[in-house]
Amino acid sequence: MKRIPLFAAIIAVVAAVAATSVGTSSASVAANCPTVKSGQLTIGTDNPAYPPWYAGGSKSSFWKINDPASGKGYESAVAYAIAKKLGFSRAQVKWTYVPFNKSFAPGPKTFDFDINQISYTPARAKVVAFSVSYYDVNQAIVVNKGTKIAAVRSVAGLKSFKLGAQLGTTSYGFIKSVIKPSKSPAVYPSNAGAVLALKNKQIDGLVVDLPTAFYVTAVQVPHSKILGQFENHGKATDRFGVVLSKGNPLTACVNSAIKALRSNGTLKRLQQLWLAKATGAPILK
Amino acid sequence: MRSGGDGRRGVAIALLSTVVFFTIVVVLITHAPGWHRVRSEFFNWHEFTSTFPEIARGFVLNIKIFSIAEAFILVFALLIAILRSLPGPVFFPLRALAIVYADLFRGIPTILVIAMLGFGAPGLGLSYLPTSVIFWGIVSLVLIYSAYVSEVYRAGIESIHPSQEAAARSLGLSRWQTLRHVILPQAVRRVIPPLLNDFIGLQKDTALVGTVGAVEAFQQSQIDTNATFNFTAYLAAAVLFVAVTIPLARFTDWLVARDRRLRQAGRLA
Repeated sequence: MKRIPLFAAIIAVVAAVAATSVGTSSASVAANCPTVKSGQLTIGTDNPAYPPWYAGGSKSSFWKINDPASGKGYESAVAYAIAKKLGFSRAQVKWTYVPFNKSFAPGPKTFDFDINQISYTPARAKVVAFSVSYYDVNQAIVVNKGTKIAAVRSVAGLKSFKLGAQLGTTSYGFIKSVIKPSKSPAVYPSNAGAVLALKNKQIDGLVVDLPTAFYVTAVQVPHSKILGQFENHGKATDRFGVVLSKGNPLTACVNSAIKALRSNGTLKRLQQLWLAKATGAPILK
Repeated sequence: MRSGGDGRRGVAIALLSTVVFFTIVVVLITHAPGWHRVRSEFFNWHEFTSTFPEIARGFVLNIKIFSIAEAFILVFALLIAILRSLPGPVFFPLRALAIVYADLFRGIPTILVIAMLGFGAPGLGLSYLPTSVIFWGIVSLVLIYSAYVSEVYRAGIESIHPSQEAAARSLGLSRWQTLRHVILPQAVRRVIPPLLNDFIGLQKDTALVGTVGAVEAFQQSQIDTNATFNFTAYLAAAVLFVAVTIPLARFTDWLVARDRRLRQAGRLA
C-alpha cells in the first residue's frame, strides 16, 4: 500500500514535465533569407568530397580528399557563386559534414543547404526541399577493359551482366527500371566499396553519374573505361539540386540565385572549367 | 506462498502502472512538435506496405546466411573448444592456437572481417577462390561467431566436475570416449541457452553482409529509404528480424526456466 502514493507522485512529476515541454514552440524570425546562424551561410556536403565535384587536393585533417572550402571543383564553385548572389562573402561561408542519410533526416537541420550530387525525385521532394537544377546529369557505366561486357554496345546487351551501384544514388534505380538485368544488382554503401568491387571483378559494370565515371576511370580503377552514357529521349536523366529543409524560405532565395547563375552563363563556365571532360562518352541506346 | 488476494492486487498494480507508463510515453511522443513529420517519415503505412514485399524477399537471403553459418559454427566452435581443453604439455601448440584464434576474432569488429574477406579475398585475383560476397559473408560470420561459441562450449565443458572424468577413465574409457560419451553430452546440454543467445546475435549480424554489396533485408530497406527519403522501410526490416529473434528469445528463456526447475527438482546434475 505504501508504494502507491509515491508512484502517483512520480507520475504527477513526469506529467508536469511533459506538459511544459510540449507547450513550448520555437519562434521563427521572419526574414527574407533566414539562415541557421545569422550572418553565416552553412553549407553541407559529404566527406570524403570527391572530384570533380570538389577538387584541388587541398586535404585537411578533417576533409580527406578535398576541402570544400577551397572553392575548387564544380560543387564548391557553384556553392560559393550561390553564396555571393545571396550576399555572403567567402569568409561567411562555413562548410559542415553532412552524411547523405543525415541530409534528409527529420528534425532541425545543421545546414542551410546541402550540395552533394543529390538527384531530384518527386518522392524525395515530399520530405525535403530541392532547389532548381544546378547540373543536368546522365548516368554512365564503367567496366574493366578486355572483359566480356566491354564489347557491349547497347542497353539491351547489358542485361546478362552483374551490375553494381552506390547506395542512395539514382544509378541503382536506373539499373532496376531501365537496364533490368537478369542478375540482381549489387549495392555498396560507399563509393570506395563500389569501386573496389569493380576492381575485384565482383561486378561486371558500375553505374555512376557521368562526371563520377570520369574520375573512376582516370584515378580509381586502372584499366577501366566508360562503356557509355545513357540518356532518355535526348535529355539528361537526372538533375542535381541543393537540398534544404522542407518549407525553408531560403529555397526561393537559392532558386533565384541558381537561375541568375544559369542565365548569366556562370554555371556553363564552371561546367567547362570542372566537368569539361565529362561530355564525350558514347551514348548507349 | 502468497495469498490469493495479494496476487490479484499485484496484477492490478502491474496493469495500472503499465497503462500509465505507456500513456505517458505515447502522449509525450505524439505531442512533440515534430511528431507529425516523424510519423510520416518513420511510421508511414503506405510506405510500409509498398516496401515490405521486396524487403521480405531480401530477408530470405538473411535466413539462408544465418542457417548455413550456424551449422558450421556449431561444429567448428566445438572443435576449437575441444582443442582448448586438451590437457598436457604436448598439446600446448594446439591450445595456444585455439586461444589466439578466440582472442583475435572476438576482438575484431565483425564489419571489418566482412569487409576484409568480402572485398579482400576476391581482390587477390585467385581464380579458384569464389568472388561471391555472400560466400565470404558466411565465412566471416562463421569465423567471428565460432570464437564466441567456442567459449560457450568451453564454459560448458569446464562446468562438468573433474570427478566425472576420473570415474569414466577408471571404468576403462579412453580419453576420447570419456569426452564423447560423458563430458560433451552434459556440457552441451547445459549451454543450450547461451548457444541460442549467440544464434540470435548471428541473425542480426547477417545485416552486416549488406555492407559488401549483398542485397539482404537491411540493405534493401536502405535502398528504399534512400530512394524516397522515408525511414519507414527500416521499420519493415526490423519487423522481419524481430519476427524471428523474439520467438527464439522466448524459447531460450523457457529453456532456462525449465532447466532451473529440473535442477531444483534434483533431476539434473
